[in-house]
Amino acid sequence: MKIVLEHLTKTFPGRGKNAPDVKAVNDLTFEIPDGKLVGLLGPSGCGKSTVLNLVSGLLKVTSGKVFFDDDDVTNIPAEYRGVGIVFQNYALYPHLTVEKNILFPMENFKGDKKLSKQQMQERALAAAKLVQIDGLMDRKPAELSGGQQQRVAIARALVKQPRVLLMDEPLSNLDARLRLQTREEIRRIQRETKITTVFVTHDQEEAMSISDLIIVMKDGVLQQTGKPQEVYDNPANLFVAKFLGTPPINVFHGCVKGGKLMLGDDVIFKVKHVEDQDVWVAIRPEGFLLDKHGCLHCQLQNVEVMGRDVSIVATHPAMEGESFRAIIPSTTRVDDEAATVSFVLHPEKVLPFSKADETRIDAKLV
Amino acid sequence: MENRSMKGWLYLLPAILFLGVFMVYPLIDVFIYSFEEGYNSASQTYFGVGTYNYSYVLHDPYFLQAVKNTLILVAITVPVSTGLSLLISLGLSNIPKLRNLFQTVYFLPYVTNTLAVGLVFMILFRKTPYTDGLANLVINFFGGESIDFIDGPYWAKMFVLCLYTVWVVMPFKILVLTSALASVNETYYKAARVDGTSRSRIFFRITLPLISPTMFYLIITGFIGAFKAYSDAVALFGTNLNAAEMNTIVGYVYDMLYGDSGGYPSFASAAAIILFVIVLTITCINLLVSKKHVHY
Repeated sequence: MKIVLEHLTKTFPGRGKNAPDVKAVNDLTFEIPDGKLVGLLGPSGCGKSTVLNLVSGLLKVTSGKVFFDDDDVTNIPAEYRGVGIVFQNYALYPHLTVEKNILFPMENFKGDKKLSKQQMQERALAAAKLVQIDGLMDRKPAELSGGQQQRVAIARALVKQPRVLLMDEPLSNLDARLRLQTREEIRRIQRETKITTVFVTHDQEEAMSISDLIIVMKDGVLQQTGKPQEVYDNPANLFVAKFLGTPPINVFHGCVKGGKLMLGDDVIFKVKHVEDQDVWVAIRPEGFLLDKHGCLHCQLQNVEVMGRDVSIVATHPAMEGESFRAIIPSTTRVDDEAATVSFVLHPEKVLPFSKADETRIDAKLV
Repeated sequence: MENRSMKGWLYLLPAILFLGVFMVYPLIDVFIYSFEEGYNSASQTYFGVGTYNYSYVLHDPYFLQAVKNTLILVAITVPVSTGLSLLISLGLSNIPKLRNLFQTVYFLPYVTNTLAVGLVFMILFRKTPYTDGLANLVINFFGGESIDFIDGPYWAKMFVLCLYTVWVVMPFKILVLTSALASVNETYYKAARVDGTSRSRIFFRITLPLISPTMFYLIITGFIGAFKAYSDAVALFGTNLNAAEMNTIVGYVYDMLYGDSGGYPSFASAAAIILFVIVLTITCINLLVSKKHVHY
């Protein structure tokens, strides 16, 4: 099932007298293709959970439309939309056993959807097997670990065979190791069930690693959608560039003068068809190559050996912030006694942005 | 180790002394009195030891009347007041706007003096040569005959007593239940809504189980409180409760202690012990039932 959002807007009344309304979601338009796992990504407070609630119907839209395939569900209440939700705190009913929790949604079926007791139990067991908790059916939620509760929540959301599965920060309550494991698990379950799944996260690594498609938001406004690698390689603006990637992208003050892209006094690339102007230049940590005759001359601060690779912490006069970080393979030998270090830059990892509105300047660097 | 436990007892001493002198000792004393026949508190003498006190009390028509009254009062007011409080609390938690105002209004009876409220009830229900009272005016309006609720038939008096008790105990229950309802996590309701759960099913399968500890707390304390009813009856019917057929068990104990010419402490003690046994039994039953139905 395809989900289409058209000019979706949600405002909340401001607190206090004469306070302006807060636009949590502002004119959002995008399409989520059928059967994909989509990560809704943004810093906290950017409105991503609100979008999820608008899709589920738990919140009413202020304006705009929500379509499931060709059905306009904008004014259909949550219970008739056929969505399954996994809440951030899982919202498992604490007084019911795992089995009863999973049975709960099916017991609400009415009319010709109504199932016999045996059918319900079969489906509950199938859902439990899918998330590998079929051995825990008689436990109460309090007797389960965080990861197991998470699985029960997924089973409960899936058992009614929803048209859409929505997850609100599904991994945020798990510890680091379990998070890695569970995100693989979510990927596997989504592949097996082929249900269109939207999950909300503020962790870019999480979103990039398992999504077919990511949607980046900021302050209620859509920034960019696309495949994770595409968005990483071609961010539409400085915010997206900064938000994706660990360690974060390095930002420099630069300028274009007479067809040359300059960082301070260093000419790093030639550019064509770009007017002279001040620009932001963002360089991915992996875009630096150590070279004695390189074009970018920096003061070396520190060399950190990580085993797999080496990160060089250095400063440059045109740098935004204190220092930047370059990551190079550990096979390269670095003289950590040296005072200066020079780099050549990988043209695809160097991203110029307009200083005026922080949008990407589409220019070929040579 | 020895030293440490000494220290521990020292810390406990004030509480132990206080409870011992004012709670445990009197309790034991009452138990002893209840077996001492014809105990006289002035001369501290008694005739003999035996179960005569119990036999007397259990054959006293006034005591049987008091037990009957108390049981009726308990059986009616505990379920009615708890049920009504739950309904009102549910209503309160569903109106966001005037919630604070109504919460205050419903809490007012709790801070009002029992006797003052009793007086108001008397004015509402009493029939005097000048007026039949507000309640009778309403009955007359619907074409009924005037009834004397204070000096009239038994059922009318019992009705007023029950109504009064329910009215007095509800504020506290509403207060506790509204906060219990507010503490139920909102996401349970969201999860249920997304699954298309009907309102009644949400209430019986989610809300009620989640507030069940509070419900049972209220039921148990409600039972105990209703068994100990006394001042409510005095407020409505005056001190001569036996004559009004409206005595309660505690009222009977009080009358036996301070009634005509010095009183009968032995009979009072026996009645008090009987009340204690009844309350203990009911509370144990309550706890056993609650183990089955209360989650957590």
